Amino acid sequence: MAVQDYLRQRFFPHMWCPGCGHGTILNALIHSIEELKLNKNEIVMVSGIGCSARISGYVDFHSLHTLHGRALAFATGVKLSRPHLNVLVPMGDGDALAIGGNHFIHAARRNIDITAIVMNNRIYGMTGGQFSPLSGPGVKATTAPYKTIDSSFDVVELAKAAGATFVARTTAFHVKECTEMLTKAILHKGFSVVEIMSQCPTHFGRKNKEGDAVNMLGLYKDNTAKLGSKALEEKPHLIPRGIFVEKERPEYCEEYDKIIAYAMKEKIS
Amino acid sequence: MPKNIRFVQGNEACVEGALYAGLDFYAGYPITPSTEIAEQLSQRLPEIGGKFIQMEDEIASMCAIIGASLTGKKVMTATSGPGFSLKQEAIGYACMTEIPCVIANVQRGGPSTGNPTHVSQGDINQARWGTHGDHAIIALTASNHQDVFKMTVDAFNMAETYRTPVILLFDEAVGHMREKLIIPEKGELEIVDRLRTAVAKDVDYHPYLPREDGRLPMSDFGAEHRYNVTGLFHDMWGFPSNNPKIVNELLRHLVDKIENNVQAITRYKEHCLEDAEYILVSYGSSARSAIHLAQNRRNKGEKIGVLELQSLWPFPTELVKEKCSDAKAVLVVEMNMGQVLTQVKAAVKSPDRVFLANRIDGQLITPSNIKQLLRVIQGRGV
Amino acid sequence: MAREKLKAIVINPDWCKGCGICVALCPKKVLELDGSDKAVAVRPDDCICCRMCELRCPDLAIEVLTEEGEKNA
Repeated sequence: MAVQDYLRQRFFPHMWCPGCGHGTILNALIHSIEELKLNKNEIVMVSGIGCSARISGYVDFHSLHTLHGRALAFATGVKLSRPHLNVLVPMGDGDALAIGGNHFIHAARRNIDITAIVMNNRIYGMTGGQFSPLSGPGVKATTAPYKTIDSSFDVVELAKAAGATFVARTTAFHVKECTEMLTKAILHKGFSVVEIMSQCPTHFGRKNKEGDAVNMLGLYKDNTAKLGSKALEEKPHLIPRGIFVEKERPEYCEEYDKIIAYAMKEKIS
Repeated sequence: MPKNIRFVQGNEACVEGALYAGLDFYAGYPITPSTEIAEQLSQRLPEIGGKFIQMEDEIASMCAIIGASLTGKKVMTATSGPGFSLKQEAIGYACMTEIPCVIANVQRGGPSTGNPTHVSQGDINQARWGTHGDHAIIALTASNHQDVFKMTVDAFNMAETYRTPVILLFDEAVGHMREKLIIPEKGELEIVDRLRTAVAKDVDYHPYLPREDGRLPMSDFGAEHRYNVTGLFHDMWGFPSNNPKIVNELLRHLVDKIENNVQAITRYKEHCLEDAEYILVSYGSSARSAIHLAQNRRNKGEKIGVLELQSLWPFPTELVKEKCSDAKAVLVVEMNMGQVLTQVKAAVKSPDRVFLANRIDGQLITPSNIKQLLRVIQGRGV
Repeated sequence: MAREKLKAIVINPDWCKGCGICVALCPKKVLELDGSDKAVAVRPDDCICCRMCELRCPDLAIEVLTEEGEKNA
């Protein structure tokens, strides 16, 4: 199947701004799914609210556009009731880690087999450029005219600590790496998190004088380095990219199936 | 054949009713005084291959059951006071997306943390207007365990029939007291199953295009028809739209599908009502005291009757109007500041003859509490 | 090693929003924006079929079509 066959083409061109990294993430995700040859009827995409959340309208899967921050909670209901489905949950940074932070850590704790994609543009785009829990200090936003004083979460460290069994970080510049990581994340049995740094030229870029989309992509190239690379060793202040966690731990739906088997046996005997 | 007779809490009667109705997915969060529902289901559901999950909070529980319902499951959650507040946004989502689900609210005293272990009926209006925006909702209640069972079955049936969240408004007294429950045989009560689309694979399926009878056949997530579900106003394919015509039609549909069926949804019981001069309108555990008083005074020749409401939303205005038209006075017996009183006043010809007999201190209203007020109204002193 | 040969760079002008990412990041400078800010392949002969434009395009507007070339000796 061609890449286009996974899209609801009648809704294109999409609603994202010119140069928005979210489109590139959709692009990488579709390439990854095409490579995996997944059956469209067995994919459910659950999203929350925000620019990122609109992604679910553009894919020709079962799609559930839910409430701000709650995508993982809805997705947990879908996955636990039909564990054979591939459940993909793309979220914005505010969506996943401010209003949805509780659901994020608990989905990781359960190690339920869901692929969480954090589309991190460090800003609330849909509402016009307010700072997010991933903005970090020293950022200008419409609600931080004097610059932010809030520290940011490190998505990778948070996901690791909460118990996610696959944790990766990449950017909208490193598209091949991005596709590869999404493929691995989807194949991984358990809760997987892929943080993808995504440029918002309209709000973050303009407020913070980072230039246009091309310039912002250049910053991802210059300010990040591959895990285990010489560049990272020499310049430890760079943001590391790569797969940080890839391990096995009992998966929630499989464990629940054991509960069912036990309860049924107990009842009969 | 010996009947299946049990001695149970009201919360257990709700569990039995849910399982009888075909529940196969429950998500919840512990909260007094509804927790027994979760505890029981954590044991019972896996025994029949169903799923139980304790979520991280009340909001997540509500969201999880909506997700599960979309895959074709019959779902419910249970909560009380503060938890009911937290679930409201997602209840609105289920209204907008027309996803069947059942929410049991075993009421306790509020606002806020309030009176967790004591009875109240303070959430009647929240059940109606808790979520933002115009919408319609179904809320059922019961005063004894046989009716808790029956109303729970009805709640699941109505959720499927009207594709809507249905709220069970029980209260702490009914939830925690123990009494007899006869579990009906399979087939004794009607069960409404999920109406699934007959549209064939590869033929355009419109998830939000009502049939001629107003019903919307569903397609399970994971099945052949892929469609979109959104809390935004949406077209017949489920895709977002702010087209004024579509917005107008959808909102009217959401309200009309329930308000136009008020007769079919209405559930009530009459106790000594036929020639009653004084009518007590009540529901839930407070109806038990009202019924006790009415029967007691009947034995002494007083013409007192009870209209026991079992469906509170959509409010059975016509029923109340008809039953109460000839009464000398109507007393609304409830454990709040007059939430059903307002509805009854709006329904009858002479609202100045409608009085509130309430108790709001966390204690069950007693027959003598009601009698005191009745005597004042009757002009027979305090 | 199989070397891919370009058949065509197909750009959907209705989807392209003219952000210029493909133009700036093409290693061989094959693409340019036209007068109405739509990407066009002006030097297709220089294309090495790396597909970075296709993969990076945030509008999913680019498709690099190839035919597999003969194996290099």
